[in-house]
Amino acid sequence: MIAEIGHFALVLALCVAMVQATVPLIGAARGRASWMAVAGAASALQFLFIAVAFAALTNAFVTSDFSVMNVAQNSHTDKPLLYKVAGVWGNHEGSLLLWITILALFGFAVTLFGGNLPPGLKARALAVQAMIAVGFLLFILLTSNPFARVEPPPFNGSGLNPMLQDPGLAFHPPMLYLGYVGFSMAFSFAIAALLEGRVDAAWARWVRPWTLAAWVFLTGGIILGSWWAYYTLGWGGWWYWDPVENASFMPWLAGTALLHSAVVVEKRDALKSWTILLAIVAFGLSLLGTFLVRSGVLTSVHAFATDPARGVFILLLLVLAVGGSFALYAVRAPAMKMGGLFSPISREGSLLLNNVLMATGAATVLLGTLYPLIADALNLGKVSVGPPFFNAVFLPLMAPMVVVMAIGPMMAWKRGDLPGVLSRLKFVGAAALGVAMLVWFLQGGSSGPWWTGAGFALAVWLGLGTLVDLADRTRLIQAPAEAWGRAARLPRSFWGMVLAHLGVAVFIVGLTASSAWTTEHIQTQKIGETVMVGGFGVTLKSVDEVPGPNYTASRGSFEISRGGTVIDVMQPEKRTYRQPPRPTTTAAIRSGFLGDLYVVIGDPDPGKGGHVTRLYFNPCIPWLWAGALLLVIGGLISLADRRHRVGAPTRAGAVRGAKA
Amino acid sequence: MRRALFLLPVIVFGVMAALFVKGLTMDPKVIPSVLINRPVPEMSLAALPGRGENSGLATKDLKGRVSLVNIYGSWCIACVQEHPYLMEYKKQGIVPIHGIDWRDDPALGAAWLKKHGDPYERVGVDPAPGRAAVDFGVTGAPESFIVDKDGIIRYKHIGPISPEVWTKTLLPIIRELQK
Repeated sequence: MIAEIGHFALVLALCVAMVQATVPLIGAARGRASWMAVAGAASALQFLFIAVAFAALTNAFVTSDFSVMNVAQNSHTDKPLLYKVAGVWGNHEGSLLLWITILALFGFAVTLFGGNLPPGLKARALAVQAMIAVGFLLFILLTSNPFARVEPPPFNGSGLNPMLQDPGLAFHPPMLYLGYVGFSMAFSFAIAALLEGRVDAAWARWVRPWTLAAWVFLTGGIILGSWWAYYTLGWGGWWYWDPVENASFMPWLAGTALLHSAVVVEKRDALKSWTILLAIVAFGLSLLGTFLVRSGVLTSVHAFATDPARGVFILLLLVLAVGGSFALYAVRAPAMKMGGLFSPISREGSLLLNNVLMATGAATVLLGTLYPLIADALNLGKVSVGPPFFNAVFLPLMAPMVVVMAIGPMMAWKRGDLPGVLSRLKFVGAAALGVAMLVWFLQGGSSGPWWTGAGFALAVWLGLGTLVDLADRTRLIQAPAEAWGRAARLPRSFWGMVLAHLGVAVFIVGLTASSAWTTEHIQTQKIGETVMVGGFGVTLKSVDEVPGPNYTASRGSFEISRGGTVIDVMQPEKRTYRQPPRPTTTAAIRSGFLGDLYVVIGDPDPGKGGHVTRLYFNPCIPWLWAGALLLVIGGLISLADRRHRVGAPTRAGAVRGAKA
Repeated sequence: MRRALFLLPVIVFGVMAALFVKGLTMDPKVIPSVLINRPVPEMSLAALPGRGENSGLATKDLKGRVSLVNIYGSWCIACVQEHPYLMEYKKQGIVPIHGIDWRDDPALGAAWLKKHGDPYERVGVDPAPGRAAVDFGVTGAPESFIVDKDGIIRYKHIGPISPEVWTKTLLPIIRELQK
């Protein structure tokens, strides 16, 4: 019964969304305030209905209602409560429901917090938001009903893939979707701006925090996925350039570019049509990701069960949303007023350069991801594009970007002083060179890869360069006594930038070291046998059978010693889940400043006695997570900037309100 | 000229959309059947370390009876997924299973079999760039080929073998060829 309520609520939400997609738009075109006002109530109602549907499905999972097919296929009474709830979005239908729930939440947020927005812009943006909702609600109701019943209901469910029963992965999809769907805000406002034919600082001030929020979630979601891959897949890797990973990375790149170009719109009233384009592209890539993952046009290690009918439907949605927006862009954007002019050597210029490199990076990833499909469609044969392509093409594109990242924030708006900035950075450059040489020396010259020096130099350049900028702005060297006060008065958005850029520097260290110097030992280890890995002695002490809530594990106990003294015990597990019966590995990881000791226990070796073990030393892996965390914290701090909360939208709203 | 620039996104997207339409009508898992119904190419692959000197895989080993040739590698994630089933089918003994350790360090390939179990009768090593397997028609791992009594490739399955694939597709073909 509750499932039927959920289904019915979705139908009601569709009706509401249809009204919200049309009436406010007509109202905005004809200047009728009451028609425009429909959008607010409709967005609240739409959210309410979709939330009811989501609650109904969650209820079915929590109470293990196996008469609902989705629950029967993806859940089991044995499962811990967290994974029953996570099971809601651990499948195609449920994840779409989560997607649309978040979309409705964002729409409702516009109504809640957008009191100061010009009514025309708000009505149009909400209408666009509702159009997306209509598309996805139809998609759910016509092809992927999460509430379909099964007759007769099975005695128990077939269980969630044990690989997915993990706290990291339980929160990975919601974070990722908050990011993907969050870009719909920028998209809706971009379309609304195109319809209105104007983009101004007030527009950017509204769009920026939402884009930033989406970006924070997307960053968190992507890194959570990587972290999960790192500690559960048991091979010590964390990124594979798989189509599904790329599908989340492309919107991230476009979103990062959008974040930066929106700054230029807000501060300098320039780069408007480029920013609009990026807003469309960021959300378009999110939709494309959805299409690629669910249509079956590409093969991937972790795609959802695919179905051609769904593929056709999403493609139709994609063509309408993205094709339509680009067409609108082609018609309306040329008429938009050009903003402030700037010299190529300026803050704007460096932001634009970074933008172009980011966009090229996203295009490269897109090309690499789609190339197998292109080759197939043009009968060039079946090909696969793997990490070598991306590493060879994408990473060199990012290197100049990192160089500019240190210079850009030091430039003045409009016209910058490049020689002046470079002279402020001369010690940083020297330090970067010094570190590069040191790294080269420490790794034993050409016995390691050639690019490690370059990677570390970039990290030092960006990290120190950012700190020099911070020191200059607080006059840390000239007047250290007042530096603290100055630092406290710097805007939070500046602090956000500093932390995020430092995060990138830290991330580069982790990326470089872990890809260059990982050591791996695979062997059969007898009880009591010691293997040396990365300076640690790893001794297998025992292997025991340990019961878990819905699995049994063989748990290895390894004694870790350094210089003869025992410093730790590590206990990796190899779990066999009951439902569905599938083995998974849980690595034991001991993180340190210099890197992770990563221990995986395998099957017993009947021939020799003992167990197969895989021991890795992964240098600087924690730096990756730390860097990503700094990015997220930087984003959050920037989000807390006063400007995003008060002031600006009111002013702009008052001015435009007077005109309307 | 400036206007044309603004048209670029919609044009690029149009091309992409056309590609997707075509892509939807194709199955990425269906591979051109150029090598199907052709004899196994001439090859003689070395044995895995620790498996005995004469346990490599050569063209002549694939004649005389129906066999299943499975492509794996220690780097291949999806191979882990199908491996327990291969162990199961080895026990059932319906068809001999041979392996090709593809684009892999032989030592890692051997360690991988120690870890996950060894379902293979013969294993040939085909280290990077893996030409022999490519001549065989391999496009990725895991992949499995059914070779008939005369050493002719009769069927190719791409991706991991699941019980469903086994009972619905592979087993009927094997049974038919064994007649």
